[in-house]
Amino acid sequence: MSERVYQLEVLRYHPETDSEPHFQRYSVSCEEEWVVLDALNRIKETIDPTLSYRWSCHMAVCGSCGMMINGEPMLACKSFLRDYQGVIRVEPLAHFPIERDLVTVIDDFMDKFKRVKPYLIPKHEKPVSEGEYLQSPAQLKKFKQYTMCINCMLCYAACPEYGLIPKFLGPAAISMAHRYNQDSRDGGRDERQEEIATTEGVWECSFVGACSEVCPEHVDPASALQQVKIKSTVDWYKEHLMPWVKK
Amino acid sequence: METIKTDVAIIGAGGAGLRAAIALAEADPKLSVALISKVYPMRSHTCAAEGGAAGVIKPDDSMDYHFNDTVGGGDWLSDQDAVEYFIQEAPKELTQLEHWGCPWSREANGSVAVRPFGGMKKQRTWFAADKSGFHILHTLFQTSLRFPSIQRFDEYYATDLIVDDGRCQGFTAIEMRSGQMKHFQAGAVIIAGGGAGRMFPFTTNGAVKTGDGMALAYRAGVPLKDMEFVQYHPTGLPNTGTLLTEACRGEGGILVNKNGRRFLQDYGMGPETPVGKPQLKTMELGPRDRVSQAFWQEQKKGNMVSTKWGDCMMLDLRHLGEKKIDERLPLVRDVSVSYLGVDPVTDPVPVRPVVHYMMGGIHTDIRAATPLPGLFAAGECACVSINGANRLGSNSLTELLVFGRRAGLSAAEYVRSGASAGNDAALAGKAAAAQARIRALFEKTGGRESLAGLRKEMMTTMEDNAGIYRTEGELLAACAKLADLRRRYADIELNDKTNVYNTDLLQALELGSMLDCAEAVTVSALERRESRGAHQRLDFVERDDKKFLRHSLAYYHPSGPPRIDYRDVVITKSQPGVRDYSGDHK
Ligand SMILES: Cc1cc2nc3c(=O)[nH]c(=O)nc-3n(C[C@H](O)[C@H](O)[C@H](O)COP(=O)(O)OP(=O)(O)OC[C@H]3O[C@@H](n4cnc5c(N)ncnc54)[C@H](O)[C@@H]3O)c2cc1C
Ligand code: FES
Repeated sequence: MSERVYQLEVLRYHPETDSEPHFQRYSVSCEEEWVVLDALNRIKETIDPTLSYRWSCHMAVCGSCGMMINGEPMLACKSFLRDYQGVIRVEPLAHFPIERDLVTVIDDFMDKFKRVKPYLIPKHEKPVSEGEYLQSPAQLKKFKQYTMCINCMLCYAACPEYGLIPKFLGPAAISMAHRYNQDSRDGGRDERQEEIATTEGVWECSFVGACSEVCPEHVDPASALQQVKIKSTVDWYKEHLMPWVKK
Repeated sequence: METIKTDVAIIGAGGAGLRAAIALAEADPKLSVALISKVYPMRSHTCAAEGGAAGVIKPDDSMDYHFNDTVGGGDWLSDQDAVEYFIQEAPKELTQLEHWGCPWSREANGSVAVRPFGGMKKQRTWFAADKSGFHILHTLFQTSLRFPSIQRFDEYYATDLIVDDGRCQGFTAIEMRSGQMKHFQAGAVIIAGGGAGRMFPFTTNGAVKTGDGMALAYRAGVPLKDMEFVQYHPTGLPNTGTLLTEACRGEGGILVNKNGRRFLQDYGMGPETPVGKPQLKTMELGPRDRVSQAFWQEQKKGNMVSTKWGDCMMLDLRHLGEKKIDERLPLVRDVSVSYLGVDPVTDPVPVRPVVHYMMGGIHTDIRAATPLPGLFAAGECACVSINGANRLGSNSLTELLVFGRRAGLSAAEYVRSGASAGNDAALAGKAAAAQARIRALFEKTGGRESLAGLRKEMMTTMEDNAGIYRTEGELLAACAKLADLRRRYADIELNDKTNVYNTDLLQALELGSMLDCAEAVTVSALERRESRGAHQRLDFVERDDKKFLRHSLAYYHPSGPPRIDYRDVVITKSQPGVRDYSGDHK
């Protein structure tokens, strides 16, 4: 195994002692096959125990370790040191307030996520004793991709609209609403439309597609937003121009 | 200190804690539920589970088969009344999750698909590709948002249970965002704090799995049961410990040594089965303890492949083909390529056994109740015990659901049975004492020990002396070392003396939990002078049912090793027998 010294420039901010954020430079010896998270852990263990950041799984599934790495929203546990040259700059996720160092305040995301009713509202209720709802592999495929969201919020950090208009529900929340709308077992679309087919919802999105580019799980939120927009437009036409047609 | 009053408080918002919260909310929407977790619920380690969850659903399967697989797999240390309840509830719980939207993989006809798993006689593992735990966790979390009676306290770290008048009446917790201590005063408490694999250096367990839940109960006088049984999963990536699910072998992957031999046939799991045609309960579908032990034996014989990360066996999936691997095992391919640079479609993947799961934990009965009134526990932190001396893969996710729900219902019953109101002044006094304990650690100066240093010594001790095979000498050394580390722990000084999101403080508290759990593991292991399931002694190689067909119970001592006591295993219909993994060849 070969170790090499890497330079990391990490944003530090402590609300009890700092009036504003600053950068701190660390030189740290790491294995070449390591990820940025390993480097941060090595810094915390051997150089600076006060550095704060979130992580848990180290396998890109818990969604804790989103940060800006050289200006790009990334999972620190899936950003390989070998892919960077020179000093690696590490900052908290953009568009969220900083709680401390690389830890952001994510209340806004948690609230929005809840608002879209991200749970199954069954089309037909039936008791568990009657067994599972049948769902063909093709029906599953219609929404499966949108279930893969790990709530890492990289898409919010990448989204220019969310940066400008904080009220925007944002990619992950809208994709999750779409996930349930597309589920053959679900009948809750109308309830969710009240949240997502609004100006704070899907109409705010300008289709830059940055969300899909940064998504580590290939959820493709942009496609969900696009589909929601088309369906909402169809709804609008049906309601206003063809009131005799049932939605 | 702020006091938060609630009917029931739950420590842990992983699979078990969320399931308990939903059961409470459904049972009685008027009961207030406080759900506390040191990480946001979606970050809990249930998200890392890959393979799936076991429950009898297909016509060729039966409750008896699942019962026998579980009890035999656990080397007859499981309580059979608990297993009976578990297997009966399992299909209902998995169907309930389906009704809540869990994206289980499907058969062509739209019914739920199942896959083979190690030690299981029939295909009964429900799965959502190879992200089953992730989907279970997110389905539960999202479903929990429907219930207004569940109030979450995300990023709160529980430090001490509050016991007064002979019953558990709440706990103290640090609000990480402010660093302030809060007192949760509750009619009943459920612990769902997860496992403790982080005691070891090489583990599939995420950073959160530090045994806090176990330590909370243990220090409050509740015994930890069967702690000597630590499961090694045979197939972890050799550098990071990232798991490659057992479903790799369920789908037909094979394990070979450096000579290309499928060596499991030499360790009572043969004869060899055709490549790509996995046969249930034999060869690569033997139970985890046996497979990990076979690795160790082969390593001693020099038959393993040496790599820069140590000795490995090879997991060969190539014959499955790209299509099947991408459809059934996409995460396995992704992590192998990303973290190791090996693509299982084209090359065998080097793997080695890795610490994975704690069979032991907080002593509970079949109602998920601990001996301390008002305290319940479920999930990996608890020991009911259905897993006995060795858990079968895919029984744990189901266990979270079955006993998470049970804990919720039992707590609701307990609260409604109307225990008298607590003595506010006495409780506040105990909360203040807990706060003082944390403050002393926080403010201590002149300490000579470092957190990272002690942690490393603990991990090395566990790896060297309490691994797959154990001896009296090594275990004695480990016990002595851990006693010493516990003493030295008092001499830690924090580097970070600020309030907001102080991970230095939290890691110090986590280390305290791990040291207590680690000592319970090694002392229990020392006292169990037999080999059973995942606990293998080179100096006592046989299973000894006369002396040890019993659960161990470790009782905490603040300044010395735990006292070990025993309790009989509950046997209803299956007498201890021989574990046979030779397939159809008898
Ligand atoms: C990589 C991997 C793969 C697995 N695959 C499978 C599988 O395929 N099938 C199977 O059946 N099992 C599998 N398992 C086992 C199974 O996933 C775990 O046993 C199970 O998910 C544990 O769930 P839990 O709810 O008990 O704990 P967790 O999900 O770990 O949750 C613990 C909770 O407790 C909280 N907590 C802990 N301490 C504190 C504290 N001090 N204060 C406040 N909150 C606290 C945490 O924040 C967290 O919310 C796997 C395990 C791993 C590691
Ligand atoms: S640590 Fe879990 S996603 Fe990175």
